[in-house]
Amino acid sequence: MNVVLDILKKNSRLGDEEIAVRAGIEVEEVRAFIKEAEEAGIIAGYTTLINWDNAQEDAITALIQIKVQPQRGEGFDSVAKRIYQFDQVSACYLMSSGGFDLAVIVEGRSMKEVGSFVAEKLAIQEDVLGTATHFMLKKYKEHGAIYEEKHFDDRELIFL
Amino acid sequence: MMDVKQLIKPNISSMKPSGIRRFFDLVHEMEGVISLGVGEPDFVTPWNVREAGIYSLEQGHTHYSSNAGFMELRHEIAKYQSRRFGTHYRPEDQVLVTVGGSEAIDLALRALVGPGDEVIIPEPSFVAYQGCTAFTGATARVIKLKEANEFKLTAGELLDATNERTKVLIMPFPNNPTGAIMTREELEPLVQILKERDIIVLSDEIYGELTYGTVHASIASFPEMYEKTVLINGFSKAFAMTGWRLGYACGHPDLIAAMTKIHQYAIMCSPTTAQYAAVEALKNGRTSIEKMVLEYDQRRRVLLTGLRRLGLECFEPKGAFYLFPNIKKTGLSSEEFCEQLLMQEKVLCVPGDAFGDCGEGFIRCCYASSMKEIKEALVRIERFMAGLAL
Repeated sequence: MNVVLDILKKNSRLGDEEIAVRAGIEVEEVRAFIKEAEEAGIIAGYTTLINWDNAQEDAITALIQIKVQPQRGEGFDSVAKRIYQFDQVSACYLMSSGGFDLAVIVEGRSMKEVGSFVAEKLAIQEDVLGTATHFMLKKYKEHGAIYEEKHFDDRELIFL
Repeated sequence: MMDVKQLIKPNISSMKPSGIRRFFDLVHEMEGVISLGVGEPDFVTPWNVREAGIYSLEQGHTHYSSNAGFMELRHEIAKYQSRRFGTHYRPEDQVLVTVGGSEAIDLALRALVGPGDEVIIPEPSFVAYQGCTAFTGATARVIKLKEANEFKLTAGELLDATNERTKVLIMPFPNNPTGAIMTREELEPLVQILKERDIIVLSDEIYGELTYGTVHASIASFPEMYEKTVLINGFSKAFAMTGWRLGYACGHPDLIAAMTKIHQYAIMCSPTTAQYAAVEALKNGRTSIEKMVLEYDQRRRVLLTGLRRLGLECFEPKGAFYLFPNIKKTGLSSEEFCEQLLMQEKVLCVPGDAFGDCGEGFIRCCYASSMKEIKEALVRIERFMAGLAL
């Protein structure tokens, strides 16, 4: 993987200078690469990992499996589009599973809010054949980051 | 009253305790110290490896292995050495599993040298070479590696140190404490000298996975050197398994047999939980190593760039996880520099002369610490340097 992408994947807040040092390349190269990658849609956006539990805010995430009827000439894309355009949908994937076709991540403030959204907006879509909603109770790890792990250094002083 | 001290063998009692001890005692009484001092990975052993160790315990695998180590592990070691470094060994009689690379160093020296023999030790390097040589009664012939050569061993230096008593050459690359590596091209002239002589090369390749921008070249992969090299490697640095204490030696069957004799009386066999874990490490550890190496590489650049910005000269080391900056311009000795840095700014580095006299004027900075700590250490070193009013 491109080293700049790897660095940004782990921490998108790093400045160009810092990325250049870490990657061992010139800062101009970093800027040019990022500009190109953004324009080419390789870098689609920058985000922040937030552990909402610690932020003391009400937030709930659900994974919704959706069985859909694919459309002639369109496959799943047109149905997916009708679904991922909702602001409540934070992620949408086409899956290879036999049981369902789309996996959708929906975020909301309460189970009720998410439940209503699924019932009123997703389940009633013309080509949606069925949904199964799974609420996430606890997030242990996201994007490679473990949420509740405390880092401690138990290395003792040893001479070598 | 019996004077026990009197009974200790002269070559042991005359060994001076490492000066670094005093430092470590100081650190014990301080809080908030950032340590660039300890030479071990800050990463925890990858979970799949730990899990394999745990599972072996759950299954009740708590017995000895054969003296040389589990055959399955020796097979995996042979495969690993072959695919990673192009060095081919028979698991049956050319691989010995030891308690860390350190035991293998001790075994090799004990099996090979005694009073009257000479061991060539390029320095600065790992302290155990001198110590283990001293135990055997052999003489250490030190080569003072030069900063101008990026602390690599040159053919001229090797020739100067070689005589009819030379029996072993220690090749400590990738190097602790300098981070120096030797490429295949740089090994070639040494091979030309060594191939004509009855000298065994003890090649300590414990940092072999930790090279940046290049793959480690093993001297044992030269056909002329294969039989003359005892290759030492282990799991501590590559797989972040320091506390498991597991390493190995590969080499000529006669030498491995001799080393196994000592091993079987002194150690019996290496810890078996660690051996089970090591099998998993070799089979499925590639991803973890690559992740760690990428991270070390970034830290290496951040620390190197940072130290250079502070005006400290430092060659770019391509291996291990150490930087070895030159601090001579400060007018302080290595020990003074490290002690003052510790007392004033609570950053622990190790004086270069701890790794041999020629390390004077340098300090060892280990970058196996989190990026956050490395950056904070740089801030503190900058403050310290400003206070020196150069």
